[in-house]
Amino acid sequence: MSAEDLSVHRGILENLNMPVSWRKETKPHRFCPGCGHGIALKALGEAVDELGILDRVLYGCDIGCSLLSWDFFNFDSVQTHHGRTIPVIVGAKRARPDVIGIAYMGDGGGYAIGAQHLVSAAMRGDRITAILANNTLYAMTGGQMAPTTLPGQKTATTPYGREPQKSGAPLHGPELVAAIAPPGSYIARGSVGNYNQLKQYLKKALENQLTGSGFSFVEVLSACPTNWRTNAKETWEFLRGKMESHFKVGELRVPEQQTGGEEN
Amino acid sequence: MFMTGNEVIAWAALAADADFMYGYPITPQNEIMHYWSRLAPHFGRGFLQTEDELSAGFTMLGGVLVGKKCFTATAGPGNILMQEPVAMAEMMRLPGVWVIQQRGGPSTATVIYSQQELRLTTTGGNGEGLRIVYSTSSHQELFEYTLKAFNVAWKYRFPTFVLGDGYQAKMRETVTLFRPEKRGWEMIPAEPILRGPGVPCIERDPVHLRNTFNIEEELYETLMKHVEDYERLTPEVVEWEAKVRADDTLLLVAHGIVGRAAKDAAERLQRDGWPVGYFRPVTVRPFPGEALRKIAAANPELRLLVVESAYGQLLSIVKAELYGYANPLETLLRPGVGVTTEEIEETVRRLEKREG
Repeated sequence: MSAEDLSVHRGILENLNMPVSWRKETKPHRFCPGCGHGIALKALGEAVDELGILDRVLYGCDIGCSLLSWDFFNFDSVQTHHGRTIPVIVGAKRARPDVIGIAYMGDGGGYAIGAQHLVSAAMRGDRITAILANNTLYAMTGGQMAPTTLPGQKTATTPYGREPQKSGAPLHGPELVAAIAPPGSYIARGSVGNYNQLKQYLKKALENQLTGSGFSFVEVLSACPTNWRTNAKETWEFLRGKMESHFKVGELRVPEQQTGGEEN
Repeated sequence: MFMTGNEVIAWAALAADADFMYGYPITPQNEIMHYWSRLAPHFGRGFLQTEDELSAGFTMLGGVLVGKKCFTATAGPGNILMQEPVAMAEMMRLPGVWVIQQRGGPSTATVIYSQQELRLTTTGGNGEGLRIVYSTSSHQELFEYTLKAFNVAWKYRFPTFVLGDGYQAKMRETVTLFRPEKRGWEMIPAEPILRGPGVPCIERDPVHLRNTFNIEEELYETLMKHVEDYERLTPEVVEWEAKVRADDTLLLVAHGIVGRAAKDAAERLQRDGWPVGYFRPVTVRPFPGEALRKIAAANPELRLLVVESAYGQLLSIVKAELYGYANPLETLLRPGVGVTTEEIEETVRRLEKREG
C-alpha cells in the first residue's frame, strides 16, 4: 500500500466506528484481506469497551498470525513465544490478581505446542481469559495441518487431504477443556460468522474473570482465505458450512452466577 | 546456621524481597521449592507449581512484567527447556533470577556433582548469551550471590543466574544469614513493565512489547543496543578470586565447587613451597577475561591447569579468552564426577615433577 493509499485509508478509518480500545495508529491492521482475526479482535475490543476495563487489561498474543496483534490495542500487551502465551498471562495474573489477563492464540499454539499449558491452566482454574482462533491450519507458516484440520481437508502437509487414520481426527478444544475445568469455568465456542453472539461470549468470558469465578476459554471459528485458497463466497461456505457443522457453536460451561441456575 | 544449599537459596530469596517463585520439580533443586512454599504464606509471598519448566520460565516472566520480583530454579533437562523463556527475557530485557543446580549430563544422567551446564547456562538459547551468571562455591556465596542476583537483574535488566550444583544444593554447611539492609545493602525494587500506573492513552501511552521483527536491520539495531549495554555493564559486574605470585609457574583455573577445591589445593601447595597460584571466575558470564589476560601477560611462562567437572566447557572459554597468548595449557577434566583437593594436588605434583 502506498503512502497516499494509506492516508486515504486512514481518512476512511477516522470516520469508522472503531472500538475505543483499538489503537487507530496501527490501523489498517496487518492481517490478510478476509482474515477472521480482525473480526474476533473487534468483538474483543467492543467487549473490553463495554466492560470499561481498558485500564486493567494485560493482553498477550502468541506466535503465528496472532502475533500481528502485538500493537493492535490501546492496552498494554506482550508478544510471547509460540504456545507460551497462557503461561505468561497466568504468571502475571498470579502475581497481580488485579490485572485482567487475556491470552490470544491460534489453534497450533493452544492445541499443539502449547496444549499442556491450556490443559494445566484450565485444570488449575487460573483466572484468565484464553481466546483461541481456530482456522483449521497453521497460517503464518504456510498452511500446514493443525490439530483442527478437518478430515479430507487439503493443507501444505496433507496435500491429498487429512486422513484421520494416519494423523488423527480434529481436536475439539472447548469440549476437552470443559471435561477438565473446575466449577466456575466459562467455556464456549463462537464464530466470526456470528458476530453478536461471539461478542457476547467474549464479554461473558471477561466477566467470568472480573468476578473471579474461574478459568475462561473461548474458541473462535475463524477464516483463512489465503491458505484455504478460497474466494469470499467459498470462505463463508467453508466457515459456516463445514466448520460450524463439525465444531458446534455454543456455550459448553456457564458458571452459576451467569445463568442464575445450576452449571450445565 | 547449619543448612543445605537449597534451603539457603530459599532464605536468600526471602531476604531479597522476592515476591513469587514459579517452579517445576527436578532434582537436585527441589528443596528450594519445598522451603519457599513453606515460608511464602507467612511472608505474603507467592508460589506456583507449573506443568513443566517452559511454563515455570514463562509464568515467571509474566510476574516480572507486572512488576514483581520473581525467580525460578531448575537443573539439567529442565535447564534445557528454560532456555526458551530465557531467550525471550534476553530479547525483551526482562529481569528475573534463575537458579541452576547443575546435575550430570547429557540426558537424565545423575543428580549430584557436575559442572556440565556451564555452556548451556552461559550461552544457551538462540541468541548471544546476554545474561549474567554467578558460579558459587559455598553456602555463604549461595546466600550472598542470590541476594546480589536480584539486584543485578533488576538494575541491568538481563536474565541473571545463580549457578550451583547438586553437591552445593544437598550438602549442609554453616552459613550466616543476614538482612541486606543490616549490612547496608540497598535492594533495588521491581517496577511494572506492563500494567504500571495510569490509564493507557489518557495518562500514558500503552506499552507494547514484541520479540518478532519485520526486517533484519530492525533486529540488528535492537540487538546491538542490548550488546552495547551488556559490554558496558561487564566491567561493573565481573568478579573473580585469584592468588598468584610473581614466581608462580602454574595457575589453577576452576569455577564453582571445583574452584573451591582448586583454591584449597593451591593454598596447601603454596604452604609446602610449590609455585602454584589459582584463578577462579565468580562471574562465568560475563567472564573476567581481562583479569585472566593480565595474569597471563605478566608471565608468558605461566602454565595454566584448567580443572572442571565437565569435558572442556570452562576450557573452551579460557582458550577463547586467551587467544593469542602463548601460555601452556594443561587440563584435569572430570565430567560429572567430583574433583577433590587431593586429586588436584596430585595432578599438580605430577605435572611439576615431570617438568621440573
